[in-house]
Amino acid sequence: MREVRPVSERVAAPPLAPDGTRAADRRAWLLREGWTTLVLVALIVGFAIWSPDFFGKLNWLNTSSTATEVLLLALGETFVIIAGGIDLSVGAVLGLSGMAGGRVMADLMSGGTSTALTVAAGFAAALAVGLAFGMLNGGLIARCHIPAFVVTLGTLGIATGLGNLIYNGQEISAIPAWVGAFGNTNLLGWIPVPVLIAAVLCVVTGLALAKTRYGAYTYAIGDSREAAIRAGLPWQRQLVKIYAVSGLLAGIDGVLVMSRLGAASPTSGVTDNLNAIAAVVIGGASLFGGRGKMLGSIIGTLIISVLLTGLIIVNVPPYWQEVAVGVVLITAVYIDQYTGRRRR
Amino acid sequence: MTSTATLSVCGVSKHFGGLQALRDVSLHVNRGEVVGLVGDNGAGKSTLMKIIAGVQQPSGGHVAIDGEPAEFTSPAEAAAAGISTVYQDLALAMQRDVVANFFLGREILAGHWLGRHLGWLDRRTMRERTARELARLHTRIPNIDARCKDLSGGQRQALAIARASAWCDRVLLLDEPTSALGVEQHREVLDLIRRVRDLGTAVILVSHQMLDVLAVCDRITVLRLGAVVAAVEREDVSADDLVGYITGSKPGRGQASTERPGGGPAASGAAGGGATAGDGAPAGGGPGAARPAETDGE
Repeated sequence: MREVRPVSERVAAPPLAPDGTRAADRRAWLLREGWTTLVLVALIVGFAIWSPDFFGKLNWLNTSSTATEVLLLALGETFVIIAGGIDLSVGAVLGLSGMAGGRVMADLMSGGTSTALTVAAGFAAALAVGLAFGMLNGGLIARCHIPAFVVTLGTLGIATGLGNLIYNGQEISAIPAWVGAFGNTNLLGWIPVPVLIAAVLCVVTGLALAKTRYGAYTYAIGDSREAAIRAGLPWQRQLVKIYAVSGLLAGIDGVLVMSRLGAASPTSGVTDNLNAIAAVVIGGASLFGGRGKMLGSIIGTLIISVLLTGLIIVNVPPYWQEVAVGVVLITAVYIDQYTGRRRR
Repeated sequence: MTSTATLSVCGVSKHFGGLQALRDVSLHVNRGEVVGLVGDNGAGKSTLMKIIAGVQQPSGGHVAIDGEPAEFTSPAEAAAAGISTVYQDLALAMQRDVVANFFLGREILAGHWLGRHLGWLDRRTMRERTARELARLHTRIPNIDARCKDLSGGQRQALAIARASAWCDRVLLLDEPTSALGVEQHREVLDLIRRVRDLGTAVILVSHQMLDVLAVCDRITVLRLGAVVAAVEREDVSADDLVGYITGSKPGRGQASTERPGGGPAASGAAGGGATAGDGAPAGGGPGAARPAETDGE
């Protein structure tokens, strides 16, 4: 509407302070964020000393797959939380997306459709369901002004129920074998396809958050909704887009989890949403909005995943992982308050 | 003269249900001029500001830009016409840096493919322009990469004013820009207002601080109970006079002589004009005379 038009074209540009101030900022950031990285490194070293199997190929494949499942949700959740919202529905949407895709593929396959078409239609259906739920969340939050907690708690229930209704609460395993092969192919022997996809999405979402207008709007809305509105940001449209991305990532996640299992399960993702939120918060994002980094969320996810697979490999009952994540979460927020990282 | 004023408010009234917030208020401000708007709480300053800024619409009368009547149905329309407002809360995103705040909502996209299609920001150009704008107004913000929350109150105010004046160069509305500032910062903000004025912007300053108003304003309009009770040149008044007008202990004056020649009456047509011109003196003296007891109490 209004073009960018500073009044000062005629004024000579003053010498700009070198970007060194940015570098100093970055160093301070590293110092304050660094401790989560240290926790991650300490966990890895500790588990490796405890059990030599930790650095084995099997554990790597296991850990990276576990991480991928939470990571995709955490990437979307990072945008949502930085924008001052919350998305409780992502885990359920993951499950529903997989079931929707699985049902489409099962029906097409039994009708004799070619594998390529079946898989394409199934994956598309899963992504569409994820995107639709994200847009529904965003629309209700931004346009109808219903609190994000309430909306996504509602869609959490809706998606869980629909996911069970699709096949009467059962798994769908009558899907093309190609799907299972796709999800379990290890490139160069070490890189599962879902992990590669997750890595690409990490880069894309990280750059989108840090370097684009989409990211700038996300931060601004979460930092001060009032300032964003006064500045004329299309804040409602942006909120819809943010939840849409979160939903779409949950849909992609649904496809990847289904591919790894070789079947669609309505219980996929049920605990992932809380782990994703915990990962983002451990990564330094503020639930009050305006604060957070994609790299932090990635590190937070890795801490949670390493805790899970590491405890399994050293023969500690995996239920302790939930205890450990809870402890790390509370400690992280406390340390942040103490060091001022989270202080507004 | 006032018919071509950069901004003129012509016989504006505003009522909320039965409550009359503004009664036939007229004022004008020209480029390179600072007009003070003072009055007690509830006198109608905020309502008038909101009408000028397009947040609210007048019940009667109109706002004119360069003599052309303008009807703003939203703040965006007022902004597009070159009117910008700095509210007391400044509307800054505290955890974002100076550059991000300066370009909030007006981000510059990179010229290459990523910028055109994916909204990739041209951070370098944004930094340069921010630095240039801040230098233009001689603001003392040493580090444009600092987060707003790490700036002093005066620096935040300076950033908000610089941002507003950079994007909307016609009329700048300032709401209590000097409240809650230290002595030095206070002085700097007043200097900044003068520099904005000198660069050719019409400034309206709303303040409770009479000394500030007297320090930077060319003319001062006093609102009381929703009506203009005095519109005076700075040279003609003291702080005590202003307080007198505000509280009603001093009878109003000046509105007729200042506003009648052009402004509201002439522009708003015969019927409205007649009423306004006739009411000028009573409207000024009326409210002041009507409530003398109140001022004794204060």
